[in-house]
Parts: sequence; C-alpha cells; structure tokens
Amino acid sequence: MSDIQQEVEVKESALVKFLRATEVDTRMLGMIAALMIIWVGFHIYGQIFNGYGAFLTSRNLWNLSVQTSSIAVMATGMVLVIVTRHIDLSVGSLLGVTAMLMGVIQAWVLPKYLGLGHPMIWIITVVFGIVFGAMIGACHGFLIAYLGIPAFIVTLGGLLFWRGSAWWVARGETIAPVDQTFALIGGGPYGTVGATGSWILGILVCAAIVLALYSGRKQRIKFGFPLRPMWAEYLIAGIGSAVTLGAVLVVNSYPWPKGIVRRYAEANNIEVPAEGLFISHGFAIPVLVALAVGVGMTFLATRTRFGRYVFAIGGNPEAAELAGINTKKMTMMIFALMGALTGISAVIASARLNSATNALGALDELYVIAAAVIGGTSFAGGIGTIYGAILGALVMQSLQSGMVLVGFDAAIQQMVVGGVLVTAVWIDTLYRRKSV
Amino acid sequence: MAKSATKKAKGPSADPNAGKTPLVEMKDISIAFGGIKAVDHASCDLYPGEVVGLLGHNGAGKSTLIKILSGAYPRDSGQIFVDGQEATVANPRDAKGYGIETIYQTLALADNVDAAANLYLGRELLTRWGTLDDAAMEAETRKVMGRLNPNFQRFKDPVKQLSGGQRQSVAIARAIHFNARILIMDEPTAALGPQETEQVGELIHQLKADGIGIFLISHDIHDVFDLADRVTVMKNGAIVGSARTEDVTKDEVLGMIILGKCPDGAIPGPGALAA
Repeated sequence: MSDIQQEVEVKESALVKFLRATEVDTRMLGMIAALMIIWVGFHIYGQIFNGYGAFLTSRNLWNLSVQTSSIAVMATGMVLVIVTRHIDLSVGSLLGVTAMLMGVIQAWVLPKYLGLGHPMIWIITVVFGIVFGAMIGACHGFLIAYLGIPAFIVTLGGLLFWRGSAWWVARGETIAPVDQTFALIGGGPYGTVGATGSWILGILVCAAIVLALYSGRKQRIKFGFPLRPMWAEYLIAGIGSAVTLGAVLVVNSYPWPKGIVRRYAEANNIEVPAEGLFISHGFAIPVLVALAVGVGMTFLATRTRFGRYVFAIGGNPEAAELAGINTKKMTMMIFALMGALTGISAVIASARLNSATNALGALDELYVIAAAVIGGTSFAGGIGTIYGAILGALVMQSLQSGMVLVGFDAAIQQMVVGGVLVTAVWIDTLYRRKSV
Repeated sequence: MAKSATKKAKGPSADPNAGKTPLVEMKDISIAFGGIKAVDHASCDLYPGEVVGLLGHNGAGKSTLIKILSGAYPRDSGQIFVDGQEATVANPRDAKGYGIETIYQTLALADNVDAAANLYLGRELLTRWGTLDDAAMEAETRKVMGRLNPNFQRFKDPVKQLSGGQRQSVAIARAIHFNARILIMDEPTAALGPQETEQVGELIHQLKADGIGIFLISHDIHDVFDLADRVTVMKNGAIVGSARTEDVTKDEVLGMIILGKCPDGAIPGPGALAA
C-alpha cells in the first residue's frame, strides 16, 4: 500500500509539482503550445516552400493582432452565453446592421447638423452602436427568457432578420468613408498609440501584474490560506512582464510604410533623412479595445455576483433558481451584454474597413462560437474562461491568416478551419474526461 | 398489539402545542400539473422546536407540497401563514426572506463551482468595492464545514468532484448557515451511510433545541419515526392524517401510508379512508 503511494508520489514529478506551485491552468498551457506550433509551423512552412517565412514578422503579428480584435471582443460575450447553455447565432448579422446604422448616422445624418468632422460625431456614433446592440440583445434575451423560445431559434431568426435589415438600411449601398476619428478605432497606421505610448502601456501592465500578485498574496496570508512558493510568484511576474514587454518590442519594430511617412512628414514639416524615417506603429487601438474588454469581462465573470450567477446557472439552472437567482432576468442581461459587445465589434470592423457594407460580419457568428469553444467553453454549460476565448480567437485568426500567407487555396482554408475546430473539441473532451 | 389497543381507548393525546402560534401553517393548499392534482387541499403546520415528519409513498405529493412552501412552485390555491401572519411566498427569494430554508432531495447544488460558492449562492459576501469576497466566503465556509464535517478539506474543488456525503453536508451547511427558522429537509439521508445518517440525526436534535422548526420528508418511516415529534401522512396528494409519534405505532403509520387508514391516535385529514 505504502509502496504504491510512494510510487505515485515519485511519479508526481517535477512538472506536476511545478504546475501545482504556480497554479497555472494546464489547459491554457496547452493552448499556448498549440498557438506556438501554428506560428512556428507556418513560418517554417513559408521558409521551406516559398523561400520566405512571413509569419513571425512584426508586420504579420501586428496585423494578426488587429484582425483578431473584432472576433475576440464578441467571443468574450459568447463565453457567457454558452456557459448558460444558450447560443447566439445572430452576432454576425447584428454586427452588420449595427455597422450600417452607424455608417448612416456618421456619414449622412450627423454631418448635416454638426458639420463634417465634428469631434462629437464619433462619440455619438459609438455610443449609439453599443446601445443599439445592447437593445437588440435584450430583445433576443426577452424572447428566450420570458417567452421560452429556444435561443437557437431566436438567434437563428435574428441571423436572417438582421442581415436582411442591414441590406434594407441603405438598400445595399456601401457607406464610405466613415468619420476620420471613428476610423482610428479600426487601427491602420494612424490608429495606433506609437512607440512611446506602447512602452508606457507595457510598463503599466507589468506594474499591474506585480500589484495583483502582491495583493493576492496578502489576501491569502490574511485568511491563512495556502500560499504559492516565492519562486513561483517571481516566475509568474517575470513571465508576465516578459510577454508584455516582448509584445511592445514586436509592435514597435513594425514601421509605418514609406508613403504614409512621407505624407506625415509633409503635413508636419519634418525633414525626411535619406535613409528614411522610422516611425513605429505601436499597439493598434482596436487591440487595446479588445484587451480592455477582455480585462473587463474577466473581472465581470470572476469577481462579481453577475459572473458567479452566470456560472451557477450554467452548472445547474434549477439550483440557481432555487437559490433565489432571477434566472430569467440574468438570461436577458447576458444577451444584452452580448449585443453591446457586438456593437463594439461593429465599431472595430467598420472602422477598420473605413466603410459600412451590408455583408460586414457575415459568418462571424461561427468564428466567434468556434473561438469560444476552442478556448475551452463547454456546450454542456458551466465551464469557460474569457482568456480562453481570446486565445481561441487568436488561434482561429492565426490559422486563417497563416494559410493566406503561405498561399493555401481558399477551399483548403475552410476545410482546415473546420477540421481544426472538431479536433480541438475532441481533444478538449479527452482532457476533461481525464482530469475529472 | 396490546400497546396499540390501549392507545385506541385513549385517542389523540393532549396537544402540547395548544394555545401556541404555529411557526408556519399551510392551509388548504392545492396545485395541479395538467389534469393531475399533485396536492389536493392539503393543510399542515409546524411549531417552534418541533420536528414534523411528512410521510407518504413516492408520488404522494410530499415534495410538491414542500416546494410550494419553499417557493419553488406557485400554488393554485390556499394560504401560507408564518407566525400567524399571512405570507407571500411566490419564489425562493420570498421564502428565504421568511427564514424558510430547504435541503432539496436533489441537493440543488451548482456542480461546477466550489463549496463556498454554493454555500453563499444568491447571498454572496461582497467587498466594499462591490466585488465578490471569495476569501471571506471561503473562510466562513471552512468554519461551518468544520462543525458539520470536520474531515472535509476540498474547498477548492467543484462540488461535482465530492462524494455523496460531502455534497450533502454542503447542502445542509447552506440551509443552516443563514439563521433558518423553518428548515425543510427532503430525504436528507438518502445519499448517506449509517454513520453520516447518525450525524444528521444529532444535527436535527441540536437545531430543534435552538427552537428551529423542521419538516422532515421521507418515504421511509424508520428514518423519521425516532426523530419526529409528529407525523403527517399524505396519499394521492391529500392529507391522510397527522399524529403525535407517541400516540401511534410504526405499523399504524404504515397503514396510513399504504392504505390511507387513520388510526384512533391520529387526527384524520381529507384523504383518510372513510371509516
């Protein structure tokens, strides 16, 4: 008996001890590993077959971050929807109609009253987009919670209804360009915070990591709970800071294209030296928006009553009801939140495109759901994390743009994405069966 | 038989609760699901410091009646009185407001969160910033569980991973931690071994001494008979009758459960077999 026990203890090797000490989520490690394999894989594939590895370049990584933003924002909301055993198939269409309405407002309506380029235009437009999204989401939630129509049906209807409305808003016209300030939210060379701004942000994030670890430790000491060993705390702080500052280095090493630099220099009367002027992009604004949403949603999901109820409802809806939680109101609020996040994504997507088209966001619902599910959100309900969904969105987008970079056929791209989705969920199922 | 014969002569003994206000009184409660009358004009009451066993076959309507009291089901008709005042119990939140706590047969735990989150579900402790105070909740949970189940150490695990007995103690802890005045225990020992069952018995004695009224629901008379002061028996949704445990034998109560036959020691209800 004791022999067996000893053996088990020996088997609990360095790795297990390491994982326990750092309290790192093994699923997250797995996802990061998968992401690294995808990144390095595409880079090497490009080097071998195209003679040029384009993936691990600052330019591609910067673009990747911008491309991921819109899906990532919606995926954080989809986690809560799926955790409560619902689904939202309407987000792509809702994004489309919201973007169209925002286009109409900022290009056709507001300039008439405020004048073109008025600083209030982008603010009114963004607020409108978020409120409109939240209201439509609340309508979906009302139908689901109070009238008892399954979420699948309500949002399937929404998928058709809102795509149709998106066309109907401007009879299929494309509205362009959007307001100049509004366009900055979509990224692009001007829609960034620059090198200095990126460094300041990076350092602030590092400080926040250290502060969070410190206050967490203080809290545990106060209640006499088990602590992480000191080396683990230092290691987590070190890795977190290294990743943050590494990201700053990457985005700062991607310079503005020559044409933009020339125009910028002319506009500001700067002499361009012969060897050219190096102006860094720095973090793109949509990426910062997505990160802020991620932090906010993580806080909501893990630190507030709202989040606790979301997970309790997902784990056992009946128990949540019996514990006195107003599950109907919660359902409505979750869908309203999903709608508001879709509004934010609509801002990012239409700003990035610098126009609103009625096809904007088509098929986004599937990428959003795939991102949440690849990120470990379970359709059985009750399980899912925000950071997982963001990583999931990054995985999806990495595959997508990686295949474009190495020149895969569009048909192959779809097949690969479909295959990866199913495989990812299968691996997740295996992992769960083993860990519980 | 001789014992029951002497009781037959006596009839129901003097009511020690005479003149007192019941802690809770359910009057003429009915509920139907589709065409089936799950509870049919049922009345029952409970006094402070009293344990009332609610007995009946599976499907007799015990759990349904009690779910009306805990606010899980809206009743079709009838009244609920708490401390003699008519009470509005439309949902579980209302019931908790009156100090009515329930340990459900299914335990009603959110399986994917830990013991502390379940204990405080719907009544979370918050920090002064309005965020969840997980550390304080865990610390309190450690205290409560330390009393109920001193061996329990798995505070970080989702309750799904706990044993039946451990889950049961989480459900019990949740019901007694918030100063319950009326405690409803629906098959509380169904998932427990003999030793844990005994612990629940001790707990019931202790709660009783604190003046808490307890409804103990079971389909097994042996679970209830030794713990209860009174039994109320249901059959086909109606009350067969109610009796002080000292006035009746187990066999007579079994007769009530199976046949709906009311012995002399009991006060017959509308569901009693016509004599």
